[in-house]
Amino acid sequence: MLYDLIVVGGGPAGLAAANSAYEKGLRSILIVERDKELGGILNQCIHNGFGLHRFKEELTGPEYAHRFIEMLKDTSVQVMCDTMVLTVTENKEVHVINTEKGYQVLQAKAVVLAMGCRERTRGAIAIPGARPAGVFTAGSAQRYLNMEGYMVGKRVVILGSGDIGLIMARRMTLEGAKVLACVEVMPYSGGLMRNIVQCLQDYDIPLYLSHTVTDIQQKDGRLSHITVSKVGDDRLPIPGTEMEFDCDTLLLSVGLIPENELTRGAGIDMDMRTNGAIVYENMETSIPGVFACGNVVHVHDLVDYVSQESEKAGAAAADFVLHPKENEHALRLQNGFGISYTVPQQVRVPRIEKSLEVFFRVRQVFGESVISVKDGENLICSFKREYMAPGEMQQIKLPRVLLDKVSGAALTISVKEA
Amino acid sequence: MKELVCIVCPKGCRLHVDEENGYLVTGNSCLRGAEYGKNEILNPTRVLTSTVKMEGGLYRRCPVKTNKAIPKGKLFDVMQALNAVTLSAPVTVGQVVIENVCGTGADVIATKAL
Repeated sequence: MLYDLIVVGGGPAGLAAANSAYEKGLRSILIVERDKELGGILNQCIHNGFGLHRFKEELTGPEYAHRFIEMLKDTSVQVMCDTMVLTVTENKEVHVINTEKGYQVLQAKAVVLAMGCRERTRGAIAIPGARPAGVFTAGSAQRYLNMEGYMVGKRVVILGSGDIGLIMARRMTLEGAKVLACVEVMPYSGGLMRNIVQCLQDYDIPLYLSHTVTDIQQKDGRLSHITVSKVGDDRLPIPGTEMEFDCDTLLLSVGLIPENELTRGAGIDMDMRTNGAIVYENMETSIPGVFACGNVVHVHDLVDYVSQESEKAGAAAADFVLHPKENEHALRLQNGFGISYTVPQQVRVPRIEKSLEVFFRVRQVFGESVISVKDGENLICSFKREYMAPGEMQQIKLPRVLLDKVSGAALTISVKEA
Repeated sequence: MKELVCIVCPKGCRLHVDEENGYLVTGNSCLRGAEYGKNEILNPTRVLTSTVKMEGGLYRRCPVKTNKAIPKGKLFDVMQALNAVTLSAPVTVGQVVIENVCGTGADVIATKAL
């Protein structure tokens, strides 16, 4: 089968990309999704707070997904659920497998990679101690509770203050569990301030910053106690600061990893800092006609931004098929002081219409500060911020007129505290 | 003067609410923040999201929410009321699950088609 566009993944990124490619004139589009239905992780995120930017109203995850799934209804976009993509090749062959038709090789003119991300596990952060039942990643507990209908524990400690951990602290409390503490190794929370307020403070759940889990004990195969210790500036536990928690469940919210096995398999150039593909201004990867968007490129805080970025990727995929272009020379975006990464990493200035949106994260908490964009020693433009933290993704817009004046091969973005 | 973090949107504005000056809110970047700041002192409310038991659907739980914010003190009463509900497929988005739940004036509605 030959398709104009194959979208790998039917979560928020894939849905927005397929919709926007259709709007731009592509008709032969296929979404391949491994779960039983479209919507991806939004289906288990039953809390609200989605769509404030995109729809100017506060939706729950399933409602946000529903809006995009409804948009597909009047289109010719085809959907293959319960189907796993095994390989994407450099020539845009997509190898898929499902129980109905077995192994198939599909051919696409363009591909959008929208596989999202997965959670870091206990193994990734090497917590010492026993290996009993009762240790879950926060997202798996969320799926058990909100979709499958299983309560995972009664007395809970949460390690990591990322948004999923905070949301699960509230969720488990509402369902009758006692959440004893949320423990964070960094001196600041990894989640949004609003979630600290409405998920922890609302329910008097203590947040221990600069603390981590240093031991797990078990009784009859189930978690029975954990030990939490304070950590120093080096993030190593300080002897003598141990606290014992009598609990049956430990939820881990210790970060997300973009799910890029297919991307690497295709031989696409990767960014070590984002763990995602290096992308151009239109979300194109190092293979022409293969695009990537959403959490598979870099982990976003808000699904609204995932949709925005993925619409860009979908439109660019349509453009690639309908109006092929020569590849222009690209400018690199470099991370200066205080910046941990930028997306995109490369920019073809002639392809920018009005302005270039750059997403980035900072390395540490900054108070009042200035973000500067420099071409060598020349300041191109600067932006003021009241407050920035690594947990909150930043966005700046660089006007095309300023980019046209750049003479060097790279732009450097950096932060300076005022 | 009370200090609050606004939870209306992910921006997280740091609000100051002056209780002695007609609950004047400063530090907000939109009108909804001003409203939140005042309400949070006088009558804090939250939208509740949860799930109810589901029969004949793709999954065993159907996600629901209150269609407006309810007093914080009523959250656990509503959770209890939800325990008594079982839905049967098909369920549509926006379908009313419980009308005027616990006398709050808010309806509990389904948030997913199952």
